[in-house]
Amino acid sequence: MSAEVTLNSLQRDDLRVVAGMIIPASVEYRVPGADDATIQADILATLGRDAELVRDALDHLARLAGMPLANLGETAREAVAGQFRASGGPAAATLTRVVLQCYYRDDRVLRSLGLELRPPFPQGYALEQGDWSLLDPVKARPSMWRRTS
Amino acid sequence: MNDPVDVLIVGAGASGAAVAWSLAETKMHILCLEQGDWMTPANYPSAGRDWEARAYGDYSPSPNVRARPEDYPINDDNSPIKVVNFNGVGGSTIMYTAHFPRLHPSDFRVRTLDGVAEDWPIDYDTLVPFFAENDRMMGVSGLSGDPAFPPTEPPMPPLPLGRSGARLAKAMNKLGWHWWPSDTTVATVDYEGRARCINLGHCTPACAQGAKASTDITYWPVALRAGVELRTHCRVREITTSEHGMATGVVYYDKDSVEQFQPAEVVVIACNGIGTPRLLLNSASGRFPNGLANSSGLVGKNLMFHPYALLYGYVDEPTDSNRAPPTCLWSKQFYETDLSRGFVRGYAFQFGRGVGPVVEAVMSEAKGILPWGVEHHRVFRRLNGHRLSLAAICEDLPEERNRVTLDPVLKDSHGIPAPRVDYTIGENSAKMLEHGVARAKEILAAAGATDICINCPILYGGWHLLGTARMGVDPKRSVVNEWGRSHDVKNLFIVDGSVFVTSGGVNPTSTIQAIALYIADQMKQRLANLFD
Repeated sequence: MSAEVTLNSLQRDDLRVVAGMIIPASVEYRVPGADDATIQADILATLGRDAELVRDALDHLARLAGMPLANLGETAREAVAGQFRASGGPAAATLTRVVLQCYYRDDRVLRSLGLELRPPFPQGYALEQGDWSLLDPVKARPSMWRRTS
Repeated sequence: MNDPVDVLIVGAGASGAAVAWSLAETKMHILCLEQGDWMTPANYPSAGRDWEARAYGDYSPSPNVRARPEDYPINDDNSPIKVVNFNGVGGSTIMYTAHFPRLHPSDFRVRTLDGVAEDWPIDYDTLVPFFAENDRMMGVSGLSGDPAFPPTEPPMPPLPLGRSGARLAKAMNKLGWHWWPSDTTVATVDYEGRARCINLGHCTPACAQGAKASTDITYWPVALRAGVELRTHCRVREITTSEHGMATGVVYYDKDSVEQFQPAEVVVIACNGIGTPRLLLNSASGRFPNGLANSSGLVGKNLMFHPYALLYGYVDEPTDSNRAPPTCLWSKQFYETDLSRGFVRGYAFQFGRGVGPVVEAVMSEAKGILPWGVEHHRVFRRLNGHRLSLAAICEDLPEERNRVTLDPVLKDSHGIPAPRVDYTIGENSAKMLEHGVARAKEILAAAGATDICINCPILYGGWHLLGTARMGVDPKRSVVNEWGRSHDVKNLFIVDGSVFVTSGGVNPTSTIQAIALYIADQMKQRLANLFD
């Protein structure tokens, strides 16, 4: 579903601003913010079944702000964000989740976290056996299941 | 009209597949109708970069969220626990954690032992050979010798403890509490054509490796080779009956949504605790005005979930995170009744290894421990890959107020009335949850975890759908007899979780399948006088 179909221009602008408030860029960790153009494009391209709730969330955000979020000063924006999180319900939760799920699959972000840039399949991962001697005291316990006769 | 068949099975999930396989040796004409399709492992979430996001969409455990064409909607607004399931060949074994404990011997004798609910008409010992057969067919990994359970012999070695398991095990040892590596249906070695687990980690929304047993890759290939017929995209609307009160077949919609009638000598329902009462209630007729097989009035009543309390916290060292099967250990320390705890019956703990970055971010943000703004990055790096979790899975006692009915408005894509669930957590279960939360906090503290979070009950935690067509010897107090045959309709059988009399406090799939095999065995032994 294309961005043009799912969100209008004002909604896209507000989405970008609020995403940047959720996760701003970090020089320290060498990662973009969630307002990064690539991440925004991923969000818009994969909204799918979440589009309606995200639109609801952005409409709610617009009502709270009374103007484009970008036009608000930082203090006012923070206040609106606080209200949004407190009163936005499932729609706000969906918007936040959509931002997070696209951010935490971005190559630059995963690289910064030390994670591999691939799906689990087909390589999988190694899992160490662990210390099976930990089970010795449990094995030494008497039988503890309840008899029925 | 379709040619008549000897046995018609509705549902190709955990129990339907087991029954089909078991009955195949009779050489009867066996047909299974399944509303979903065969799955394509190449399309499973863990094969793509959006593997975590799809759990919120087309691989959500909730049929209402997932809303695939194969799914039917469920009105569960009046329940603090939402129904989760999967529809397709394999049913909910496609989308389960593969945690595979059995009900305990005491679970079948709750009235005798604890004075609550009712005893089952069968016991653990009756099911032992069928548990073993099912362990072999599904391919169970585990370790013999658990002091909290009668002897078992899993055919494969257990999953590794890993970092998470070892840390949790140390905590349990510090507290002096029981733990044991979980029985799972994850293949730890190459097994019967299934490749061993390579730790994709994302087991629950289907295993792209095929290491996790689901009946589409265990029972069904064998059943089909033995001559069973399976038709997909066939949604059954109702079971029809004759003037003599016998089932005559089913009306269903085929893959082109064309209404069909399929005649059958025997009808077996395998739709689990929501789908089965829905079908029976939708099969009401002049002779059976309150729904089929419902002279007791108990069809749809006594719905039991397992209320879950999930707790998690964060430790200083990295855990296995999403890079291993989530199933890990279990504990039966609080499973058997101890009245000093303030409740009867008990619960098991199921331990988890951790989650992936998206789930970590979404859950932690929702809990308020992952902030917005500049601090987000620092906090996320402390949380991600450091989670330990455990869940108390509580026995739910049967209560008639907890029930499945037909929604007066909601319908599926074929216009068939959808199920409505009315459910409240009982007083005993609530006390059990409270106890489980307190003990879980102690365990996490002993493991050195901080920032403890609690989800109680787990909202989307209605995995286990039990009790809505229960078995018993008294036709006034049960829907099917002690070998799964309807008291009212002599050629109608129910083989799924709806026949459970009580729920126990463990994941039920192993027991559901053992019961299905037991009922199939009873049918085979009684073929000459099955309808007497």
